[in-house]
Amino acid sequence: MINPAGIGIEHYLTVGAILFVLGVLGIFLNRKNVIVILMAVELILLAVNINLVAFSAFMQDLVGQIFAMLVLTVAAAEAAIGLAILVIYFRGRGSIAVDDINRMKG
Amino acid sequence: MIQAIAFYFFATIVVASAVMVIMARNPVHSVLWLIMTFFNAAGLMVLVGAEFIAMLLVIVYVGAVAVLFLFVVMMLDIDFAEMRAGFSRNAPLGLVIAAILLAELLLAVGAYNAGGIQLGTADGSAVQAADVSNIEAIGALLYGRYIVLFEIAGLILLVAMIGAIVLTFVPPKPGARARQDVSKQTRRRPEDATVMKNPETGQGVEL
Repeated sequence: MINPAGIGIEHYLTVGAILFVLGVLGIFLNRKNVIVILMAVELILLAVNINLVAFSAFMQDLVGQIFAMLVLTVAAAEAAIGLAILVIYFRGRGSIAVDDINRMKG
Repeated sequence: MIQAIAFYFFATIVVASAVMVIMARNPVHSVLWLIMTFFNAAGLMVLVGAEFIAMLLVIVYVGAVAVLFLFVVMMLDIDFAEMRAGFSRNAPLGLVIAAILLAELLLAVGAYNAGGIQLGTADGSAVQAADVSNIEAIGALLYGRYIVLFEIAGLILLVAMIGAIVLTFVPPKPGARARQDVSKQTRRRPEDATVMKNPETGQGVEL
């Protein structure tokens, strides 16, 4: 396992933290655009993956990478379902404004 | 030294393109910046020796998820200028929450750095042997100890696939085009469709 010179786990955790915060900020900034919200969720999950891989590498324990794979799986499933819901929502309404999306409850 | 340069290079591009993902005016540009983010995150993971996860990021995210996003963004014909209307109104609240989150996370990193918390030691059985490659070690772990987890991941993907198909499937309208009639097809016997002829040499067949 390579340990890059001068780069510690805190560097990776900082990148993960910044990425996570950017994801949350994206959800708040683009409250109307569901597509960008989904992308922000992907950013958050990427931050989680970076943290998992960093801890896995620095603690010499591969289980973290198994976890990262599971997060990847769930992220892919979530993107597929979310975009499918988006497509049928757009088909029925002609817009994807989040404000009136609570009308979906029956 | 080269590792440090590579790390800062990848980390800077990851953060910058993540900013562009949430700030870009056009969602198509957002998706392209997202691809950039994932590529450079994969670079970060290669740096610590997690090649398999890095390749998975490139294949699954860039190859599948990002392209899916691109498809949907281009398929939906939306006036994106109007979508940006709430941007400046939501900005102060979002920035406050982002600042609080970042401060908390950096505090946690600082505390970890100070050695205040001792995380548990790694399970001895899972330590990667020096002469085994990353993919080999992950394979041994994934198909051995975590086989149930692996199968559950497959089930999750199956459910997601079925869900997406069921959600977006539109049944064809009756009479819209030639439809399959199963009972009519199975009622058809060979003698309805074929005839045996034994024509003379040099003569044609009249049907």
